[in-house]
Amino acid sequence: MFAPPRVWWRPLDRLERTWLGLAFAWCLVLFIMMPVWLILGRHNVPATTYRAAPTQFQQRVEEFVRKYQVGTEKGIPVVEPPPGDVYLLARQWQWYPILKLKKGQTYRLHVSSIDVQHGFSIQPVNLTFQILPEYVYVITLTPLTSGEFSIVCNEFCYLGHHVMVGRILVTD
Amino acid sequence: MAAPAIPLGEEKAIFRVCPVTRLRVDLAAERMIIANATAAVIFLLVGGVMGLLLALTRWEAVHLLPATWYYRLVTGHGFNMLVAWIVFFEVAGLYFGSTVLLNARLASPWAARLAFALMLLGALLVNGIVLAGRADVMFTAYVPLKAHPLFYLGVILFAVGALIAVALFFANLLIARLEGRYTGSVPLVVFGLATAAIIATYTLLSGAIAFIPAFFWSLGWLRTYDPGFYRNLFWGFGHPAQQINLAAMVAVWYALAAITVGATPINEKLCRLAFVLYILFINLGAAHHLLVDPGLSFAWKMFNTSYAMYLAVLGSLIHAFSIPAAVEVALRRQGYRRGLFEWLRRAPWQEPGFAALVVSMVLFGWLGGVSGVIIGTEQLNMQFHNTLAVPGHFHATVVGGTTLAFMGLTYYLIPLIFRRELRLKRLASYQPYVFGFGMLLLILGFLFSGTLGVPRRDWAVFKTPAAFSTLIPESAQLTLAMAGIGGVIAAIGGAMFILIVLSSVLTGTVQEARSLRLVAVSPADPPEAAETAHEEPRGTFVIVLAFLAFFILVYFRNWWLLGFRSWLVH
Repeated sequence: MFAPPRVWWRPLDRLERTWLGLAFAWCLVLFIMMPVWLILGRHNVPATTYRAAPTQFQQRVEEFVRKYQVGTEKGIPVVEPPPGDVYLLARQWQWYPILKLKKGQTYRLHVSSIDVQHGFSIQPVNLTFQILPEYVYVITLTPLTSGEFSIVCNEFCYLGHHVMVGRILVTD
Repeated sequence: MAAPAIPLGEEKAIFRVCPVTRLRVDLAAERMIIANATAAVIFLLVGGVMGLLLALTRWEAVHLLPATWYYRLVTGHGFNMLVAWIVFFEVAGLYFGSTVLLNARLASPWAARLAFALMLLGALLVNGIVLAGRADVMFTAYVPLKAHPLFYLGVILFAVGALIAVALFFANLLIARLEGRYTGSVPLVVFGLATAAIIATYTLLSGAIAFIPAFFWSLGWLRTYDPGFYRNLFWGFGHPAQQINLAAMVAVWYALAAITVGATPINEKLCRLAFVLYILFINLGAAHHLLVDPGLSFAWKMFNTSYAMYLAVLGSLIHAFSIPAAVEVALRRQGYRRGLFEWLRRAPWQEPGFAALVVSMVLFGWLGGVSGVIIGTEQLNMQFHNTLAVPGHFHATVVGGTTLAFMGLTYYLIPLIFRRELRLKRLASYQPYVFGFGMLLLILGFLFSGTLGVPRRDWAVFKTPAAFSTLIPESAQLTLAMAGIGGVIAAIGGAMFILIVLSSVLTGTVQEARSLRLVAVSPADPPEAAETAHEEPRGTFVIVLAFLAFFILVYFRNWWLLGFRSWLVH
């Protein structure tokens, strides 16, 4: 708190040097883990994105629903597409449609919002991606467990935010 | 008692001499420090009441507030705590560091009053419009969720006021130098505050670039505003704003260590290097919020989120060593040199500033720092983004860390700057522990809830009237209750602080300070002090090794958890 002595540029002590070295080494480990995981890990953040106007995206989702609809649950269409491109739309306060996927198959999930920002959070798997209007996020997903999963919106999207819960069904 | 003016050239400022520190205090600076610190404490009170109501709502067995008011108060709580309380206090700290600690004068009392008025007006505007229900958009106000134009205007006015205060800090430093008020290097605490001020400059500018178009957009002058672009700009303000707190808090830690045990940095070079690392790299932290956003590449995310290979984290790891080491060496020199930890056992635990320092460092480092690095790792972020773990992290850093450190310093400002006797001293001895324990429960409750997938800013995960259940594990009921109970205890700790401060300022005896310490007295059998002996901080070295081991363990556990997620994603 008070002025230092006139000359304060002194060499480090033994313990200070050791700690500085250890801390720096740990920082390098922290850094290197990310590229290592990119190559070796099977859980990585998707990086494919393209732009689409909300109306354009909504049209594409409607086409997709018409093509693969197999039923309706609580007023929301249930859609069972083949592995490949799959569409999901976020809006206040609904995930549309309900997807029915096959365990072990890989899907390219195109997600976007037609109003405000939303959070795409698969529970109880607990993986989250940010969903923005104007941007379509392409998430490559492979469900390895079957059953019922929920999509919880975890980005505040105005006063009905907490009712925005959707469904993904995975069959064997 | 104002001492006679000490003229210096064409001196207009009136100084008094502090009888304890022999520092000269410009009375105009003192008035502005008091004004800003008072505003800070009032906003802390408002934000604290909101926080208590929120804690009792997230604890779903209690579920106090209706949904609309829950969201409204999350917005108000965020602004009042993260912006109003902390920045008002930091402005008080900046004026203190740039005048009192340098024997210097406030360069322009007029500018200081203008800054204060703008900040107060901005803060009142934001509170008014939020409570009126016209800005339920959260602290982040993500475009295209639109608030009333006065909300953006309030934030902009506050930021402009804060920028003026920061500019005044630099002006004070420069004029103090030109007028020869001090010689040699500035004290480390001032160096740390200067770091905070430099970070504040580019942070506030980024905030202006984010909010001014949002203001125009809310008025209808701009047709569209890209949400991805806004997020990047907003976090260029939102994250570094927390790093201003970090730098200011570390400066306060050094001050508390100096006040309570007479600690001096054992190596000024190392401590200052750590602050320089903050200035250079911490601005990259905006990326932490965009890790699972569409539109950004892996390389961009990885480089930025790591603060350029974790060099800013290295800065914090240096302070994590050098502050306890300074305390240890100071206490060893006072004679407590038996074994590894005698200095720790015999430290002044009942001294509120020391208690605040220790609890603040533990909560900040062990919980806030470790969770921050983990959440801010590109792939690991998928498990945490927008879950309650994120508020868990920043309550550890900004509340358990910064707020508690600032509370600790406030106790010393009361005799030194307000010149009142501190009342309820026994209560003050316990306050940091009560507040810290409450925050510990709240932080752990939030972190555990987050790992179970509980979203942040969400009125109900179990009692939601949604068409489908959230499928979040029932065990989260338990962790949410833990957070709720922690919130109540922390609110009691906060109320103790407000009570002590208000009763001292309003009813404390007016008197000049007599000593730096408030409570701790010298022991009856003081050991033989050895000022000259070279003491090694061996105890501290053991503590930081334990910390590193904990860090490594928790870090790799989270990679392990990610690797076993039952869905693959890329």
